[in-house]
Amino acid sequence: MFAGWLLYLAFAIFILGLLARILRYARTPAPLKIPLMPAPRTTGGVVLRLLQEVLLFRSLFRASRWTWVFGWLFHAGLLIVALSHLQYFTDPIWGWVAMIVPFSHMAAYAMVVGLTGLLCRRIMVVRIRYISAPSDYLMLVLFLVLAGSGLLMHHVFYPDILGLRHFTLGLVSGNLSALPAQWLLWVHIGLFALLLLIFPFSKLLHAPGVFFNPVFTQRDNARGKHHVNPWSENTEPDDKR
Amino acid sequence: MTEKIDFDVPEIPARIEDPGVQPHASSHLKPYRAQHQHQEALGFPGELVDGWQEKAIDKLGELTGKYRSLQVFMDSCMKCGACTDKCHYYLGTGDPNNMPVARQDLLRNVYRRYYTLPGKLFPKLVGAVDLTEDVLDQWYTYFHQCSQCRRCSVFCPVGIDTSEVSMAAREILDTVGTGQKYVNEVIGKVHRLGNNLGLPEPALADTLEGLEEDIEEEIGVPVRLPLDQAGADILLVTPSADFFAEPHVDGLIGYAKVFHQAGLSWTLSSHASEAANFGLFIGSYDNMQQVAKRIRQAALDLGVKRIVFGECGHAWRVAYNFLSTLTGPLEFLDTAFPSPQHVVEVTHNLLQSGRLQVDPSANDDKRVTYHDSCNVARGSGMGDIPGGQMLLPRQVINAVCNNFFEMPANTTGDATFCCGGGGGLLTDELIELRVKGALPRMQALQTVDKAHDITHMVAICAICKSQFAKVLPYYGFQMDQILSLHQLVGDALVWKVNEV
Repeated sequence: MFAGWLLYLAFAIFILGLLARILRYARTPAPLKIPLMPAPRTTGGVVLRLLQEVLLFRSLFRASRWTWVFGWLFHAGLLIVALSHLQYFTDPIWGWVAMIVPFSHMAAYAMVVGLTGLLCRRIMVVRIRYISAPSDYLMLVLFLVLAGSGLLMHHVFYPDILGLRHFTLGLVSGNLSALPAQWLLWVHIGLFALLLLIFPFSKLLHAPGVFFNPVFTQRDNARGKHHVNPWSENTEPDDKR
Repeated sequence: MTEKIDFDVPEIPARIEDPGVQPHASSHLKPYRAQHQHQEALGFPGELVDGWQEKAIDKLGELTGKYRSLQVFMDSCMKCGACTDKCHYYLGTGDPNNMPVARQDLLRNVYRRYYTLPGKLFPKLVGAVDLTEDVLDQWYTYFHQCSQCRRCSVFCPVGIDTSEVSMAAREILDTVGTGQKYVNEVIGKVHRLGNNLGLPEPALADTLEGLEEDIEEEIGVPVRLPLDQAGADILLVTPSADFFAEPHVDGLIGYAKVFHQAGLSWTLSSHASEAANFGLFIGSYDNMQQVAKRIRQAALDLGVKRIVFGECGHAWRVAYNFLSTLTGPLEFLDTAFPSPQHVVEVTHNLLQSGRLQVDPSANDDKRVTYHDSCNVARGSGMGDIPGGQMLLPRQVINAVCNNFFEMPANTTGDATFCCGGGGGLLTDELIELRVKGALPRMQALQTVDKAHDITHMVAICAICKSQFAKVLPYYGFQMDQILSLHQLVGDALVWKVNEV
């Protein structure tokens, strides 16, 4: 029961904290046009630019090939692993989830490779070591332990899958039950709760942040369309759009 | 070089590379502090205020509420390190605080301490720090070692723009009374006299008359440089360096020749005798707005139909992106043209439509390369297509000069290296920083020079031109190897007898 309530609490803080952050980003004005040029001139172009950044890490590719390789492996792996975890929360398991589940342990390995690479860079490259706070290492370690404990349960220390599904489906339907007693599972779930808890207060905010960055989201159209700064005294009444 | 050099000019390396982290390598480089009069003319306190710590923290909170960019940037950096070897000041000095992320962190660590839960609860864990006098001093030092060129932003996976962070930091510094002399003094001159150099109207009129005589002597054509001519079609707003300093003035002569041959009606304004807007550099919306309004006022007073900007990088960024926001819609101007326009766009159009007679062989004595100015390349646009700000100047150069060669691709276009003197750092006491910050550009110049025996580098930014004229000699080049683009254009124009 404890695990259930912990996850509910963590999930609530995650959702509310993230929502509060996103609302703040959305409500904070962008007083001036500051797209990084060359910038798209159409909304479609902006969407394409964001997709290139979010799916392909285009800027990172230009910046540092190794960081790009490791970073992309980690993120792509994380996406697949996260989605395949829907198998524990859907009954019957959704079709497309069932299709990616067989790849989830490969994806977890991709995460481990990516995270290990990123951690090595953080430790070995003097420039990156210089800019790293303890939390920057711990964040990587957190994800590594999450991926590692998941892989161990996949290959070696099998948890009580039926009991686990009973627990997770209970979370969805509101019928809390006990999490099967297996130490690795408890580590895995506990760290996942921790991840949810720190997400809205940490650098993980880059995930929503990138979608609100005027440098990426603004169009290059200042000469065609009057842009109003909502807090500038100069704003004339008929300028408001 | 006449002055004594009390620092080691870096050797130009075979390729641009990480010089290795050298803590405090440039911690001694800081610009002079603004005095009372410089601060107060801009509406800032004259000296460090009582309770500065609290005021600075409040200002930081105010700014994250006013600028979405700053708010997102304070939260979003994942310390991936992609930017760490991208700043010309880091590459030139090796000081780790010149790595863009470390520069941002000077502000971000304070933000985290006072505005985030982990920073309040576990400051050591997340690297949050108290705002002490030491930290304030670091802000002053290292936010004045950023030329706000946005190169790091190009390589940031989430697009964090250090220029926005350094502008915010400088605004906080101004707010608590510790502004920078060079920039604030210049803005004061613009408020008082209309231009950065403090050139009054009679002196400007004299200068322009002298230039008209020089041009007529040179080419035998009565090219005019009209001042305050009401009813002209075009108001030309250009950096005041164009009025007399080399190589800037040759650019101004070039614009005048272009306008004359194309038969365009134009004027300069003594009220808006300056394109530059240093308000941008200190992140002061009010000052930037006040400076920008002169231009709108001049355009209205003179009844012009178009506003055209001369060769000035940050001025073009402010004009292209902010002018209408800062001063109100520019609907009173001729809608057949974009408002405002860049002089390169004007010349480009005239060349394309055959309204200029050019003979590129007139520049056969030159073998040129082109320096993309940061505020043009990454801060603005030209023409109808994204990237026009890179394309148009090159097409103009190719139309007027037969020998054009590119510097390496990772040093041009949107990856261009700053000249090392932008963003309000073009002041003598920062010469060491300026020389070292120019290293990546000098490396690129040397590369193209070795391959193609370059005689000149062309630029369209007054700061770039002044900076290169100063630092080129430190690296074994000549100060006059930097040229205005419109000097090339002006020199290639062919004058027929019946036009005289």
